[in-house]
Order: sequence, then structure tokens, then C-alpha cells
Amino acid sequence: MATELGPTPVKAPASGGTPVHHAPKGVGEDNKILSQGRWASWLLAPTIIALAVVIVYPIISAIVMSFQKDAGLDPATGLFTAGGSAGLQNYVNWIAQQCAAPAGGTVACPPGTLGGQFWSATATTFIFTVITVTLETVMGFWMAMIMARTFKGRSLVRAAVLVPWAIPTAVTAQLWLFIFDFQGIANKIFNASILWTGSEWPARWAVIIADTWKTTPFMALLILAGLQIIPAEVYEAAKVDGASAWQRFRMITLPLVKPALMVAILFRTLDALRMFDLPYILTGGANNTTTLSILVINQVRQGFNAAAALSTITFFIIFLVAFIFVRFLGANVVEQSGASAKGKK
Amino acid sequence: MTAATTELRAQQDRGRKAAQNREKWAQARTYISALVILIWCLAPAYWMVVVAFREVGFTYDTSFFPTHVTLDNFITAFDTSFGNRFGQALLNSVFIGVVVTAVSLLIGVFAAYALARLNFKFKFLVLGFILGASMFPGVALITPLFQLFTNIGWMGTYQALIIPNISFVLPLTVYTMTSFFREMPWELEESARVDGCTQGQAFRKVIMPLAAPAIFTTAILAFISSWNEFLIASQLSSDATQPVTVAIANFAGAQPQQIPYTAIMAAGTIVTIPLVIVVLVFQRKIVAGLTAGAVK
Amino acid sequence: MKTPKFLLPVATAGILALTLSACGGGGGGGTTAGGGDAEAGLDGRGPITYVQGKDNNSVVRPMIAKWNAAHPNEKVTFKEQTDKADQQHDDLVQHFQAKDPNYDVVSVDVVWTAEFAAKGWLQPLKDKVAIDTSAMLKPTVDAATYKGTLYATPKESDGGMLYYRKDLVPTPPKTWDEMMQMCSIAKENKIGCFSGQYKQYEGLTVNASEAINSAGGSVLDKDGKPSLNTPEAKAGLENLVKAFSDGNIPKEAITYQEEESRRAFQTGNLLFLRNWPYAHSLMSSEGSSKVKDKFAVAPLPGKDGPGASSLGGHSAGISVYSKYKATAVDFIKYIASEENQKFYAIQGSLAPVLSKLYDDAALVKKLPYLPVLKTSISNAVPRPVTPFYPAVTQAIQTNSYSALKGEKSVDQALSDMQKSIESAGAGS
Repeated sequence: MATELGPTPVKAPASGGTPVHHAPKGVGEDNKILSQGRWASWLLAPTIIALAVVIVYPIISAIVMSFQKDAGLDPATGLFTAGGSAGLQNYVNWIAQQCAAPAGGTVACPPGTLGGQFWSATATTFIFTVITVTLETVMGFWMAMIMARTFKGRSLVRAAVLVPWAIPTAVTAQLWLFIFDFQGIANKIFNASILWTGSEWPARWAVIIADTWKTTPFMALLILAGLQIIPAEVYEAAKVDGASAWQRFRMITLPLVKPALMVAILFRTLDALRMFDLPYILTGGANNTTTLSILVINQVRQGFNAAAALSTITFFIIFLVAFIFVRFLGANVVEQSGASAKGKK
Repeated sequence: MTAATTELRAQQDRGRKAAQNREKWAQARTYISALVILIWCLAPAYWMVVVAFREVGFTYDTSFFPTHVTLDNFITAFDTSFGNRFGQALLNSVFIGVVVTAVSLLIGVFAAYALARLNFKFKFLVLGFILGASMFPGVALITPLFQLFTNIGWMGTYQALIIPNISFVLPLTVYTMTSFFREMPWELEESARVDGCTQGQAFRKVIMPLAAPAIFTTAILAFISSWNEFLIASQLSSDATQPVTVAIANFAGAQPQQIPYTAIMAAGTIVTIPLVIVVLVFQRKIVAGLTAGAVK
Repeated sequence: MKTPKFLLPVATAGILALTLSACGGGGGGGTTAGGGDAEAGLDGRGPITYVQGKDNNSVVRPMIAKWNAAHPNEKVTFKEQTDKADQQHDDLVQHFQAKDPNYDVVSVDVVWTAEFAAKGWLQPLKDKVAIDTSAMLKPTVDAATYKGTLYATPKESDGGMLYYRKDLVPTPPKTWDEMMQMCSIAKENKIGCFSGQYKQYEGLTVNASEAINSAGGSVLDKDGKPSLNTPEAKAGLENLVKAFSDGNIPKEAITYQEEESRRAFQTGNLLFLRNWPYAHSLMSSEGSSKVKDKFAVAPLPGKDGPGASSLGGHSAGISVYSKYKATAVDFIKYIASEENQKFYAIQGSLAPVLSKLYDDAALVKKLPYLPVLKTSISNAVPRPVTPFYPAVTQAIQTNSYSALKGEKSVDQALSDMQKSIESAGAGS
């Protein structure tokens, strides 16, 4: 291995033991790695540039702004004046839930300010994420297993599964708002008079149900694609060996589908942590359904720099979650998690 | 093929007969499960279609079956006399979706191949960078992007909608394809090269067909997420380039406070059903075609 | 030391990003003071763009067509935004921050005036470009004024009215207490008594401010400081809270926006409804309406007489970044002209801003609720006029919602509101 490039870690340790190099056969020579590196740089360049322009530039400019104060009102003229440098104040205000005091300095944010909602929004976001991603994974896996079987009408089921996901979110949210109306169809079917958007847990469940309905197909499709790569012969062989259905699932399906599954869960988690439209349209963030993204957009309307700080904090929270995923739960696509199962074949 | 294999075959046959009842029961369970999936996925969509066909005055009727049926909502959706551009927006969405899908798949395949097959330094860093791009709250990207595109005169152009969309779908595209590529039987590629193929040919002729279902799934995911994008488009598009999600948001009731549920549901129906049909057709034709050519 | 070649693209991208970042230069914050030059372009004439939210009433295009026919060299293009107020607001903010000279004349919701004016985005309408507002209803002018300067011309107004079942209630209640007494009629008929809009959204700010104003209180005092620690404010909010707790306002009203409340009334499930004028034509014409000939309108009930409605509606303002302000001024005068106001009312049922049109016999025949609406708008109190409106409305919504649900006492809710608004104003 070429080692002259300094201390940057070449590879993080794999989840399940020693780092596995999925190197092409017969590696080892320096120049081969170098030529591969050159190849890789050309292959990766378009992706990196696209991301740099549209994502990294806005992120950097948001981070720069997050260290500026928001404009304040000049009482004499009634006009806003630029706030100047804020240092870490915006960040401190969010995390410690401090708001500007009329007499100068800061006080604990009174209820009704955005500043007072940071931790509750964080909690809400995590509650939504854990529940929806769990439900979607379990249901998506189950749907994918069914769709992978051969039976009459399979293509009908595959088409049906696409429907919830193909409906634009803007329409989905209105549809569920309509379904969860007090005099709507949900209450009629269950012969109930639940105020779906009127109190905490019904409102949260409304969001969770709508989100699960909409995004389970995403999970199901990704897992199905993972299932389809598994050669049928592997199952046949296992059947011949007398493996039970559960054994086949645990010993073959799960390990072989794990890479696809982990990618699906990882990206669903990142998306769920940034959940915005569904709760925004369904509940407007009332009854403890304000997610971090809703808090961001509400804050954008009150002052962009504080919103930029909140976005950056959200970014770090999500980064942390992703890191834990990759580091500890094996959601690492370059490490060959399916390697052992494959090796047995 | 050995004697042991023959023995195994025989065992298998016996096992099959013994398990026939079990198979039947399994088949029945499959159908019941399929039915449950159908109901779960389609019931709310069914309600959307029912409402789409209702007269505006009876929007909140809760009979399960279509009542006060009318086509007015569909006619309203395509009516251009009051500045709606739904038809144009549909074309825009298709155009944007196709370009986004094609470009992100193309450059995504490159990246995924590099990540899955090549050995180079800082791989972990590159992966982290790509993933990091989908960690910032989308709502906070709008203002900087608006400034950027205003400065370079891109406001309201197609590229101002396409390029952000590509960046939004790229991380997922790269990650899914990398994970699928890892599972490919690359020995086949090696043997094709031994047979005299170049690396590119080997990839195209051997690996691509095998990866087709996975790539197709990725394409659907990319297309639909571009199709669904609203936040960025609502601020960066113009009347001429607006996609369908923005056009739907522009639907309005006859009166200021009125939410035009029936028209929105009609639009949702128009947008969804062709999409599902197209996906199905593609799935049959393209995937079947590609897979047929695979070296098995 | 070898160069890690594959990192080149990454480095290039990074440099690109930094360069772009420098170009963008923090302008994204949109917090730079002063805005554009209010003196520039005052004599400029040329083609302009008019920006407004969805034209539900189909009046803007004909109005512009007529203007364009008369002004071939100063044609107006219509840029139509979405139907959602939040999105309209954000779209305007983005364009103002980018100093877009193509957004010449913009439609400004009454609650945005102060914010846009304080950010320096709206052309002050004084001196050379002063506009005569003497014939207009005063609350509409007040809502377009910030710190004594007019920043936009009122173009359409809106006010809350009390819809009541005239088949069950012969004479409408004049005061809140009278209305609560009449709730026994609702009980006899097994229907709900009264509702407004109490979901946690902008409509709740409207309803809560109405309750506070009608009881003689106010959200902000003349200097823009919160004044919620008064007995009047308390009495106002308490009226709503009490009506919720004793069932005079049905519990499901906590999920109502305008349309849900209209439906409750229209299906015959409410005796009284607070809503905007738009509901009138729908309830008297929609096929599913069960109250077609059974309802009438009256001014909102107050403490001793008519209550104080919250003011709705829009004004037309001129962007400071416009190059053709002379044309823009002529155009906003044209929108507010008697001729056009009449057209707006007849064609689009929009409430005029000119006082005399409310007594126009032809108009009253077409819109029978006009006299009531005139009372409503004349007594209307603009929602708090403050450049911190987004924070103020947030404070009102969140805290009054908690109070209505009984999670917080009225005193606590008002004191939290007071503190939240103080804090918003203190941010500097």
C-alpha cells in the first residue's frame, strides 16, 4: 500500500471485525493502486462536482451566515439594520433555549417563541423517525418478500405498491388531511369522533400513518431489488439441505439482502430526520408535531441567520446518527457485509 | 453431476409430494398477504379517485362509492384560461424527471463502480461526503440556491431545477448501486476478460444485464423523487418551466379560502396513474430485454 | 511526495464552492439595512410586472388587459404566485433579497406591510409619489401605513362577519353575552352554537385578536409594544375559553380552519359562525348546502355593541428596486380607482376599499352583505402592525391554542404571549 499520504485514515474499521479489502484479484502492486486511483478520480468527479455546487456551496454559505446576527430594528428609524457578527451566540441560543431579553442580554425562551421549541422539536423528530422507519422496514420487508414470490397477479401488486409513492407529497398530504378530517372518512369507517389533528398522539399518529403509507413502497422496492440479486440456486440448495423457512430467511435472505436493506434504512432515516411537508400540511406543527425542519422554516421567516445556525445543528445531529449507523450497525456499503454468506456458496 | 446429486434429486421429489399441502397453504397465504397489501396501498388512493370525480359542492360527501360524479375537475385541471398550466407542467415534469434520472444514473453508475470495484485512498471520506449531502435540511438550501442562481442568471430555467434535483437523488443512487455492485458475481467479468473482452465491454455485456433489475429500481426511485420535488421548484421555477407539483399548488378554489380538494385529487389521479403504467411497461420490456441477454 | 491525483476533482470542487460562496457574500441573509434606493427610478416609465397570489376571483387578467390597451408602451405582465399566503410571502422575500428589479408592483397582505417596509423593500408613497387615501376606509389605510408613512395602496379589503340562522334566531345578537344566551336555542335544536377558526394557524391569530379587540383590549399598543396584561385582553380570551369549556363552541372547532367551519354551518350543525364574506356565495349556492335560504349576516358581536373584526385584504406596493416607478405609481392608482374597485366587487366579489361603494345600490343588490361588511371593516382593527409579525403571530397562536384546549390558564397564556412578543422585539 502506498503510505506517503499522511495520517488520514484510509478506511474505517469494518463493522464485523477486520477490514476486508474487496480488492481486485491479485492486488498489491503500487502502480495498480495508483492507476485505479486515477480511474476512480475520473469516475467520481461528476458526482462530486454536482454535489459541491448545489449542496456544499449552500451549506458553506449557510454556515457562514450562522455566525452573523439577524437584523435588528433601529427604534429611531423603524428600519432594520444589519446585525454584525454573532460569534457562537445563535448556536448557544438554540441549544440553551435562550431568547433576547427586553432589557438586553438573554432569558429562558418563553412558551410561544421558536427558541423554546428546540429540544421538543428534536424529540419529536426522533420519535417520528424511530417509529416510521421501524414500521416501514418491517412492512417493506414483508411486502418485498411477498412480491418476490411467483403468483398470479404479482404485477398487479407491484403496480399497487408504487401508487402511494408515486402520488406527489403535496397531494398526499392534502389527501390525508381530508381523510383525517373530523367529518372525514377515517372517522366514518371507524365510527369514531377522533379529533385527529386536535391533540398530541392522534396528531402524531396521523403523521406516522401518512408517512408510513407513503414511503413503505420505497423500502419495499429497494429490498425487492436486493432479493432479486440472490440467485435462486442458493435457495434450492438450502431447501435440499432441509433448511426451514425461518432458517432460510435468517441464514440466506437476511445476510444477502443486508447491504440493500442497510442503504434503504440509512436513507430513510436521513429523510425522516428532515421530515417536513407531511406534518406541516397535516398539523401545521401544532400539538408537538413540530419537527426540526418545520422549526427551521418558521425561523427562516423570522431571521435567516438564526435559521442557518439551526440548520447546521440539525446537520450535525443527522451526521451523528449516520455515523453511528455506518460505524456500529454495519450500514457500510464498501465493506462487504454479505461476504461470508457468499463465500459459503 | 455425481451419484450424490441424483440421490438428492430423488429426495427432493419425495419431499415435494409430502409438502404439497403445505405448498397449497403457502400459496393461499401469499394471496391473502397480496390482498392485504393491495388494500393498504390502494384504499387511500381509491378515496383520492372517488373525490376526484365528485362535484365541488359535494366535496365532503362520505359515501364510500362515487356519488355526484362529474368530469369537471379534470376539465378544470387542464383549463388554461385562468392561468393554470397543468398540461405544460406535466410535460415539464416528465422532461425534468427523465433528464435527472438519466444523468444521475449515468454519473451514479461511474461513481458506484469506482466505489465498489476500485481500490483507492480516502474512499471512506468520499462516501461520507456523498452521504453528507443528504443531511442538511432541504428548506435551508433554498435561500442560498436562490441567490446563486440569481447571480448567474439561471432563475426560472430548466437547469436551475434539474441540477439541484440531480444532487438530491445522487447520494441515494450512488449508495444503492454501490451496494448492488458489491453483490455482483464479478468472477464473470474476469472470465469475460479472459475471453478477450475489454474491461468496459465486460462491464456492459456481463455485469449490466445482471444489475438491470437493481439499476431499474434505482431509476424508478430517482425518477419519482424528482417527480415529487416541490420545495426548490416552487421558488426557482418560472411559469414556463414549473413542474406539476408547483402547478397543483397553484390550483385554487373559486373563493379565496376554499381548498380545491376535488381539483387537487383529480390532478393527483392524472399524475399518478400514467406514471404507474409507464413503470410497468418499462419493467416488462426493458428489464426483460436486458436480462434476456445476460450470460447465465 | 506524489499528488493524490484522484483528489484533484474534489479540490477543484472545493475551490469552486468557496469562490461561489464569496460571490454570494452573505447577501442571503437578507438582513442588510436600508434596502434599495427609494429615490432611484422615480421618473422611469416602461413595461412592469405585477406580482400577486392566485387570482381566485378572475379579476386580475381583465384588469391588466384593460390597462395594457390604454398604455401600449407601459405594459403590465402578470406574475401569478401560488394560492398559499406563506409561499407568496417567501417568494416575495426571496426576490426582494435578490434585489430583483423585475418584481415592480407586488400585492402585499395587510400583515406583511410593516415587515417589508422596515426591511426597506417598499417604496414610501410620499412627496412626489403621494397617494390620496381620503376616500378609503380608514382601517385599510392604517394597515398599509408604517411609522406614519404609507407604503402601499389598499386594493381589496376583508372583514369577519357573523353568519346566523335566521330561521332559528329572529334578531341577531349584538353582544357576545347575548349570543351566549341564545345558545339555548342551539341546544333545543341539538346543534352546535358558535364557531370561528381555532386550529393552530394564522386564522387563530385572527380569531384570538378579534376576541381581545372586541372586549376592548389590544394585542399591541400604539408604540408596537405588547399590551396583553390588561383586564380587557383577559376578558376577551376568557370568552373563547369559557365557550369551549361549556360546549357553546363545539370541541371539534379546535381543528377548524375556514372551510371546516363553513361546512359545519352549511350542513346545519351550527347556529352562529364567524367567517369571511367568501362563505356567503358558497353557502347560498352549493348543492350540498342545507342552509341556502336560512341564514343572514350581522356584524360580529362585541362587548356593548358591534365587535372589532380583524382586518384582512391586500395592498399594492412598489418595490424599491423597480426601474419604472412612475409607471408603477400610475398602475397602483389605477387598481385603487373607483372604476376598478367597482369591477373587482361586481366581477370578483372583492370587498372595495372605497367607502362610497358600500352604499352603491347596484353593488348592494349584487352583494347583499355589503352594509354589514362596511360596519365590520370600519370597526376593524388591523392585526398587530409590527415588523416582527411572524414572531408575534407565532406567540399568539401557540399560547391561545393552549388556553383554548385548557392546558394553560388564561392568565398564564397571556403572560407567555406578552413575554414572547417582548422577546421578539428585543432581538437585535
